[in-house]
Amino acid sequence: MIGIIDYGVGNLFSLQSSFAAIGEACVVTGDPAEIRRADRLILPGVGAFADAADKLRRSGLFDLILDEAQKGKPLMGICLGMQLLFEKSFEYGEHQGLGLIPGRVEPIAKTIAPGLKIPHIGWNALQFRHKSGILEGVEEGSHVYFVHSYHAVGCEPFTTAVTEYGGLLTASVQRDNVAGCQFHPEKSGQVGLAILKNFAKL
Amino acid sequence: MITKRIIPCLDVRDGRVVKGVNFEGIRDVSSPVELARYYSDSGADELVFYDITASAEGRRLFTDVLAETARSVFIPLTVGGGINTLEDFDRVLKCGADKVSVNSGALRDPTLVSRAARRYGDQCVVISADVKRVDGVFTVFARGGRDNTGREAIEWIRRCVGEGAGEVVLNSIDTDGVRGGFDLEMLRAVSDAVDVPVIASGGAGCVADFVTLFKTLPRVDAGLAASILHFGEVTVADIKKALRDEGVNVRI
Repeated sequence: MIGIIDYGVGNLFSLQSSFAAIGEACVVTGDPAEIRRADRLILPGVGAFADAADKLRRSGLFDLILDEAQKGKPLMGICLGMQLLFEKSFEYGEHQGLGLIPGRVEPIAKTIAPGLKIPHIGWNALQFRHKSGILEGVEEGSHVYFVHSYHAVGCEPFTTAVTEYGGLLTASVQRDNVAGCQFHPEKSGQVGLAILKNFAKL
Repeated sequence: MITKRIIPCLDVRDGRVVKGVNFEGIRDVSSPVELARYYSDSGADELVFYDITASAEGRRLFTDVLAETARSVFIPLTVGGGINTLEDFDRVLKCGADKVSVNSGALRDPTLVSRAARRYGDQCVVISADVKRVDGVFTVFARGGRDNTGREAIEWIRRCVGEGAGEVVLNSIDTDGVRGGFDLEMLRAVSDAVDVPVIASGGAGCVADFVTLFKTLPRVDAGLAASILHFGEVTVADIKKALRDEGVNVRI
């Protein structure tokens, strides 16, 4: 059973539908016991980093997720959920993340050429870096759907794919049992479903 | 680099897809769920569901259709039509919409955009504007193109973006349903005025119109299409192939 962590951030309908479509049982839950029972965890998220990190802490899920991941349970962060995996974010101030993957989250404006629109919204192509379980069988150059204004930097040893937008943006990462996608696999058509399927086998 | 998006737009009334010519003479086309699945399979980058229902019963049918679509189609879904309050945002987001487009609702209550952007994020809020030339001035119309608001369009769109709208759909009433090509002059004025993605709507009549759109206006991010696609004369794949052949970056 896959546990989609519900901490009051973002719309979980599509993630749930995606797992249903690939025949993987999942549950949307904020209940610590259920999260502990789940075989693997998805950390979703949209919105602001500080607000999301705060909600995780207040609900007591911050330490629980850390604990489960450190015990080796497969965990995948999506979009803001991926950013939360890093040590810190510089979105409106400086905020601590879970620190499961070394690196920090910075505005894409520091990376991309001036004049490009922010947020980076739309379909962009994956360029592979390190090999990753969640990208198994996915063709290099496949397009996935992004919506974000911040991205992870300083995480090169764990970067599994990047995407080009007037500069290279971190698209996905993996460190052992902990993976993350900056893009939305649940909105990336068949490629996205294949990535979710890979995570279900991780 | 990011691709140009082709977005089929499904006007939905009482749970069925329709499309008007200049907003008049609406004709029934097909089932929204089937059409959505077909478009997604044939390469659509995103879908817009526009609810043109007036009744509560029709609205209920719409949300059922939306939820059913969101359960089987895994590309971004934008919903518009009848969005007047934050409760309306909530209603469609719970049924699987990713973005919500506001038009008349924002004209009636200009705080709607900023309140929605604060609650759901800028990426979720799309300002959709129906614009027509009145004495040579780009003017915003409300209620599906029926009411002249007297507002100058560029100023209105810029203001909405300032308040948090993350994307703009520009629908030219002057070219809508005529199928003689997009309104390049109007699109240029809007895409020069804002820094968020601009989606062109109204006027696509053939594949070449999309090529002209993106070659002439590289700052336009996406093209919306309805009747040209619904009657099966042209497919999303045809449009994308023509764009790729002309050197426009698309997802194939």
